[in-house]
Amino acid sequence: MSEQPAPPTERKMVDVFSDIDRDTALKANPSGYAVTEIAAADDRVITLTADLSNTLAEFREAFPGRYIELGIAETNSVSLAAGLASCGYVPYIFSMSPFGVLKTAEQLRTDVDYNHLPVRLVGRLSGLAMGYFGTSHYAVEDIAIARTFANTTVIAPADSNAVLGLMRSTASLDGPVYIRIAEAADPVYAEVPEIAYGTWPRLRTGDDITLAAHGMGVGLAVQAADVLRAEHGISADVYDGAFLKPFDSSAIISSASRTGKVLTIEDHTVNGGIGAIVAETLARHKIAADLAQVALPDVDLEVGVPAELYEHYGLTVAGVVAKAVELAKG
Amino acid sequence: MPEDMTLERGRPVTDTELHRRADWIRLQAVDLIAQAGLGHYSSTFSCAEIVATLYYHTLRLRPGEPRWADRDRFLLGKGHVATGLWPVLADLGYYPHDLLKQFGHVGSPLNDHPNMKVAPGIDFSSGSLGHNLSVAAGMALAGRLSGRDYRTFVLTGDGELQEGQVWEAAMAASHYKLGNLVAIVDANGFSGSGPTSAAMNIEPLADRFTAFGWRAVEIDGHDTGVVRRTFDELPEPSSGQPTVVIARTRKGHGVDFMEKQPQAWHLGLLNPEQYADVVAEITARMELAGTPAAPGPEGNA
Repeated sequence: MSEQPAPPTERKMVDVFSDIDRDTALKANPSGYAVTEIAAADDRVITLTADLSNTLAEFREAFPGRYIELGIAETNSVSLAAGLASCGYVPYIFSMSPFGVLKTAEQLRTDVDYNHLPVRLVGRLSGLAMGYFGTSHYAVEDIAIARTFANTTVIAPADSNAVLGLMRSTASLDGPVYIRIAEAADPVYAEVPEIAYGTWPRLRTGDDITLAAHGMGVGLAVQAADVLRAEHGISADVYDGAFLKPFDSSAIISSASRTGKVLTIEDHTVNGGIGAIVAETLARHKIAADLAQVALPDVDLEVGVPAELYEHYGLTVAGVVAKAVELAKG
Repeated sequence: MPEDMTLERGRPVTDTELHRRADWIRLQAVDLIAQAGLGHYSSTFSCAEIVATLYYHTLRLRPGEPRWADRDRFLLGKGHVATGLWPVLADLGYYPHDLLKQFGHVGSPLNDHPNMKVAPGIDFSSGSLGHNLSVAAGMALAGRLSGRDYRTFVLTGDGELQEGQVWEAAMAASHYKLGNLVAIVDANGFSGSGPTSAAMNIEPLADRFTAFGWRAVEIDGHDTGVVRRTFDELPEPSSGQPTVVIARTRKGHGVDFMEKQPQAWHLGLLNPEQYADVVAEITARMELAGTPAAPGPEGNA
């Protein structure tokens, strides 16, 4: 007899399709919360969405004249935002990552990046966050694409506090920013972190193995490091790869030089994400290190509720611990 | 030119002068293409009267201050005809005429498609067809948000209208009642590889734009009097409906053998004999119009 499915409450998907109560906004909808705060201090800020207006309920109430709904038309949204930016505005486009980045890659490159315009793309529901909806709704190639754009800053906040900290610190940049929002990531920062541009906060200190992650992977890395120390006697050096472009090459180099082993964790394909960033950096600097990845394989992906998918692909604390032990003892 | 000198809308100019200016644009483009070794002739020629009318009559500009916030915007959606724009911007004082001599060379700010980052007077980069109507809608919205009364013009090709993004933008422009937005379609009937509507039918254009909530005007795009009056009669920028001017044009217009084989001259290079024929045909027409041809960069074909 097959195992009973887990009760619905534990399998629940992140619901970003509802209005958010103000009291819980920072936790549940940090990007909407952050842009409202940023807009209050900078009247150049306007928001656009392609059918994701619920994320901006608070913003719309506070600044009704600075919100532009564009319907389910992502490519038009990006080019139109570029036009607004060329006239002095700082548009934040709220979109679902698979459509906001992958569908519009050429508009982002040609209209926004090549022209160095301060358009911010806030990609909600990145990675496997919409797992149950099918692979059309996955954004697992977005970092690989976005980080090849010469002038675009790519950030992947680890948790709600990091969303606020990173959106604040990138608000005044003159160029484009892609903000990859992980939904329902485990908390990492007790307070809103101040992360210097292009740096990777070091969250744990260790000598045996380096763990580098972004977005939802950071919470896994931190928890895994604690398990590794307590149960396996392995001390891990843990980094939050909050900036994927520009990234912190000196953190990678100094940590890998000491540990000689680097495990990267990300809800992104094995190609082109933080795993590739680490491998390329170490190879370019002639640093020999053993590498391993907890990431999504370069094959057709399964469909299911995110929690099950994470389990399936080892994007769990246990999955990271197992891979780290293998790498550390290998 | 003094930095704050404004070229106002509706500057006085005769229809004949605009015709001569269009032919001057053709001559200049021929020389730039000769210099680069390859270029888009026939589609530059089909919109020469439109470009001449916009820059020598219609647009409110400040060449000494290219980023002046209240200028009318012009976007060259069909970016492959920039050879027709570079001489105009030089002539109006956006940059020295000598800059044209660098055209086609590494490091020149003047490329085959316009780049706003490096070329003065370019309001937005283009090259990827279908993007610029969206960008222009963004600029028009910015005008609304900032309370400025500038107009945003975008010149598209007819083949470009096959891009789906154009219709996303068309939908948004009427939804937001952008009466400060003007699209001009250089409807020359041809794309790079053949007749536009044989590849993918785009007609009836006026009906299609009207159905999307636009005011549509269909004109002869080579009759400078008609083009000028069409622009003169645009609704106020504060009005609530975007306008599309569907300019019926002939690809290769102004050079007999190109008009007969427009497709062959979409992209190419005149040999010295053809170059001489083209210059002779255009120059003769300009002289017939009464005044000598305006000076241009030295021909070096």
